[in-house]
Amino acid sequence: MHDSRTRSKSRWAAAPLLVFAVIVFGVPMLVLLGGTFTKEGTLSTANLTESLQGAYLTALLGSVKISALVAVLGGVLGTFLAQAVVTSRFRALREAVLTASGVLANFGGVPLAFAWIATLGNSGVVTTTLGLGQHGWSLYNFWGLTLVYLYFSIPLQVLTVVPALDGLRPQWREAAQNNGASTWQFWRYVGIPVLTPALLGGVVLLFGGAFSAYATAQAMVGSTVPLVTLKIADALTGNVLIGHENVALALSLDMIVVAGLVMAVYLPLQRRSARWLR
Amino acid sequence: MSTRTAGLVAALTITTSVIAACGAAPTTAGGGSGSGDSKAASATSAQDFGGMDKLVEAAKKEGRLNTIALPPDWANYGEVIKAFEAKYGIKITNDNPDGSSQDEINAVKTLKGQDRAPDVLDLGSAFALSGAQEGLFAPYKVQSWDKIPDGQKDASGAWYYDYGGYISIGCDAKRVKTCPQTFADLLKPEYKGMVALNGDPTKAGAAFAGVYAASLASQGSFDDIQPGIDFFKKLKENGNFNPVEATPATVEKGETPITLDWDYLQASYAKEFASKGVDWKIAIPSDGQYANFYAQAINKWAPHPAAARLWQEFLYSAEGQNLWLKGYARPVLLPSMQEDGSADAAMVDQLPKVEGTPSFPTPDQVNKAKEVLASGWGAAVSG
Repeated sequence: MHDSRTRSKSRWAAAPLLVFAVIVFGVPMLVLLGGTFTKEGTLSTANLTESLQGAYLTALLGSVKISALVAVLGGVLGTFLAQAVVTSRFRALREAVLTASGVLANFGGVPLAFAWIATLGNSGVVTTTLGLGQHGWSLYNFWGLTLVYLYFSIPLQVLTVVPALDGLRPQWREAAQNNGASTWQFWRYVGIPVLTPALLGGVVLLFGGAFSAYATAQAMVGSTVPLVTLKIADALTGNVLIGHENVALALSLDMIVVAGLVMAVYLPLQRRSARWLR
Repeated sequence: MSTRTAGLVAALTITTSVIAACGAAPTTAGGGSGSGDSKAASATSAQDFGGMDKLVEAAKKEGRLNTIALPPDWANYGEVIKAFEAKYGIKITNDNPDGSSQDEINAVKTLKGQDRAPDVLDLGSAFALSGAQEGLFAPYKVQSWDKIPDGQKDASGAWYYDYGGYISIGCDAKRVKTCPQTFADLLKPEYKGMVALNGDPTKAGAAFAGVYAASLASQGSFDDIQPGIDFFKKLKENGNFNPVEATPATVEKGETPITLDWDYLQASYAKEFASKGVDWKIAIPSDGQYANFYAQAINKWAPHPAAARLWQEFLYSAEGQNLWLKGYARPVLLPSMQEDGSADAAMVDQLPKVEGTPSFPTPDQVNKAKEVLASGWGAAVSG
């Protein structure tokens, strides 16, 4: 009896949140679905088909490509940096890196693009001083954009894995060593399995950050790197294309599906490795 | 179980009422200008008010005008706005100054019935056509209507061209040894990494026009924009294409030393930057001459219908047209004003020189070109 009463009470406590979620996520989702499956007033899948063809498909794949690359590179580099900081004997270094990560992980959008353009753009300070332009340097391409995304992705990964690395108890390593395990064996059978949820969570976060980034790319590369967010903006607010608004909604739906697929891979893996932490 | 159902019902009720509130337009007309409202909203000429004086009176009574997407440094709009405010004592609220034509159309649709909806629109010509088809504009014929050439206005007065210009090549003469004069020049190896558009041509009108002009310069035609896309592909392959979107800031900083853009924008850059040590030279390429006009229209649901009509009368008076001319744009009445002597001769002399008369693609040709561009552009310049 007691049990069920508290449960019904807690259900009420969640009601405001549910109402909020239904309005804030539900209404746009309905509008999105409604628009996606309407073409000139009739029910149709034409928008969805168009969003998976030609330039739109290229943009979608381009977004997935750069996001996956940023997620993997940022995940690996961020983890090594976090491990270096956690095992360091200098407390000040740790504090400095964590504070800087907190700031840099939130550094995005046009200010970020501006900082890079002013430094390494084609009339940037470093570019002109060292004459990089003559040697074929260009910030405004796929690799340039990847570099800029890593600038906020690596700190984000540091922030996500540091608590997990702190949670790796020294006793575990000592126990492993006492039983004759090598460093590699410790990481292979203890460290990495325990860290997997945090690592995966970080990688998914980085993927999402790069996948949805818009302002940085818009300010820096324009149309030279095909990205789905830029295509959506072209279709919704451009001066050129007319009547593509619903294709933009279809593209948004595609993005939701991609994000859903990533989560579908992440969740079972996370659940599996979470067993270690019980 | 029952609590959960109640929660769901409550959530749905709120949701539907939110949707209803978004969709339904208030029945009362905004603007607060009283009884004259419906008459002003259906007036198709100054005569419907009982003459210009009555129109001015009605507009002053409304006291406000909402414009949208008028950048102050674009075709001298900053001064146009100030002149109108000073002359009639009507306060202008200019929303989203850097907005696009699609933003304007969206505002008409989403702000319908609200006080802050735009009264007047300055649209890319294709948006004027599609907006008129959708019935978003109030037809109105300004007093100088007959002087606007046929083919540059909608027969019913839903929209009419306001000002236009040519695609031109701007060039920073301090950074570039010899300024390019034609599209063919742009392919020369000396312009490595320099040639920029003013945006993504699938999004920005002037950049789209730049590709169209490039097509005309490369054996293309109004029916065929593909040679223009191929031109930029070539430009990209030989390293001359600069993906930075040209703005006054990138021009000033030297990030876009060679820029394709409307001549009136480039001319005003030149004037603005002369004092900052940038020597900005403008050439209208002889091999790819492409001109286009923007169009004026009145929002059918304008909250200040009389002020909206007065704004049109002002723009199409000699005063308004000369203000655009001062911003190096070519106002639509320029030919007739040069005949009757009301055009500011000094300003006309400042315009970049063009040989021959401009021709325009038809809306169908433009729409076809846009589809071709939308599917081919990304592949041409990506990397």
